[in-house]
Amino acid sequence: MIEIQNVSKRYGNKLAVNDVSFTIKKGEILGFLGRNGAGKSTTMNIVTGYISASAGRVLLDGYDILENPREFKRRIGYLPEMPPLYMDMTVDEYLRFVCAIKDVKKSYIKSHLDDITELIRITDVRRRLIKNLSKGYKQRVGMAQALVGNPEVVIMDEPTVGLDPKQIIEIRKLIKQLGEDHTIVLSSHILHEVADVCERVVIINQGKIVAQDTLDNLTKNISDSSRYRLRIAGPEREVYKVIREIPGTRSVDEMGTKEADSYDFLVEAERTADIRRPLFQQMAKLGYPILMLRPMDIELEDIFLQLTNDKGEEQ
Amino acid sequence: MLAIWKRELQNYFLTSIGYVFMGIFLLVGGFMFFLSNIYSSSASLSGMLGNLNYLFMLIVPILTMKLLSEEKRNKSDQLLLTSPRSIWDIILGKFCAACTVVVISTAVTLFYVIILAVYSNKTYPALIATNYLGFLLLGFSYVAIGVLMSALTENQVSAAVLTIGVNLLLQILESVGSSITIPGLSFLNTVISWMSLYKRFNDFSGGILSFANVIYYISFCGVMLFLAVRVIDKRRWSEG
Repeated sequence: MIEIQNVSKRYGNKLAVNDVSFTIKKGEILGFLGRNGAGKSTTMNIVTGYISASAGRVLLDGYDILENPREFKRRIGYLPEMPPLYMDMTVDEYLRFVCAIKDVKKSYIKSHLDDITELIRITDVRRRLIKNLSKGYKQRVGMAQALVGNPEVVIMDEPTVGLDPKQIIEIRKLIKQLGEDHTIVLSSHILHEVADVCERVVIINQGKIVAQDTLDNLTKNISDSSRYRLRIAGPEREVYKVIREIPGTRSVDEMGTKEADSYDFLVEAERTADIRRPLFQQMAKLGYPILMLRPMDIELEDIFLQLTNDKGEEQ
Repeated sequence: MLAIWKRELQNYFLTSIGYVFMGIFLLVGGFMFFLSNIYSSSASLSGMLGNLNYLFMLIVPILTMKLLSEEKRNKSDQLLLTSPRSIWDIILGKFCAACTVVVISTAVTLFYVIILAVYSNKTYPALIATNYLGFLLLGFSYVAIGVLMSALTENQVSAAVLTIGVNLLLQILESVGSSITIPGLSFLNTVISWMSLYKRFNDFSGGILSFANVIYYISFCGVMLFLAVRVIDKRRWSEG
């Protein structure tokens, strides 16, 4: 559907995006993962035609973004990191304006906007000024804007940043729902967000693509260890030694004191050896209560470390 | 283009900008009319319009300063530039919106023409029409300069100050030109006074409707807008 071919963007001496190539397939929900500053937004901005690449091509169904910008842009809806809203307009005025600049037929506008606002659930705020809306609603209006004109592809740049947990869940639900009849690209720096909604992932680091695969394949490679956050009321050195000696423990990091008379540790262990039981028994025997034991999710950070380590070994 | 024109025009009157502009323009315009026509019992509008031209120079930047700079700052230009609209559409839409406010404000002063027509027997419709045409063309040129300055910066205040500065500079250009007395360089005098925005306005004030002058103002606007389009387009290719 969309082909990104050897795209680079140079800023001064720095290559913000370095020879990036990937394909967005029709009907899929693609996750675009990377840390802040990895080149996600720059790539999104190039793919949507906001900025131009220093080198490389972007094609949508054979339309080149430079040669045929009009046909290209008509097929893409874009929700940038900061929703491009006009604060002095009401939601309805704003969406009507978007309809007009995106060539939506006049006779179709009313029913089109009714559908979109219904889907995004902003019908009740249509008459309100955008500047008076909450952040979550603003994000929704931004999303509605991206859907105007029924684009085949919807590109969203960090759509859940800055929202409260309830809003995040709702937005993710919405994205899944949209994925049923749109091709969606979702950029994010949060792994479990991508894991929640996306089928395939492209990971970018320092402007380069370091992996592109289904999420299952990616996590399989890094899931041979599990991590726990511990809080134990006992002498730091002794507890540290005891944890180290439990079979299956790979590493223990002392995290200092977070609560009076206790110490925190970050423990990494083999996934196959469940260290929680021996840990409990040992501590019980010594009389040091475990105040907290929390499994840590696999973070994007871990995938990165894994990927960069793999690279190091290859070289 | 129409959609952008409509949005910007609405925006002038949704915010205070349109009212501030028209309010100041009409207040000062009223005083000017009183001083140069009623008080001095004159039926010629060229004095009032000549003075209002100086006012335009100072307050047209209110209309243009945020047209492009604010879009860039709020990143709402992401919507426009990723829509199927071309940069020309965007710039022309915005230019026309500001020009529309200029036309509306000027149209209100036609009320004075009615007063003159009723109380004076020396009104010449063709002269007045030429006066107004020159006044509007000069106003449009200020708008075009403002649009270019707004494209150049992300800061509204910088855009406004730049526009006023350029307007003043173009205003004094003629005197600069005529002060060049070095032998052999007198062609500079001709070139500079040819470029002067204000000199041609004087022709209109005197009732001379010259096709060349109309074309001059239209091409002046065209060049300014073309440069604004280039500035916006260049930014997308920027590697800085």
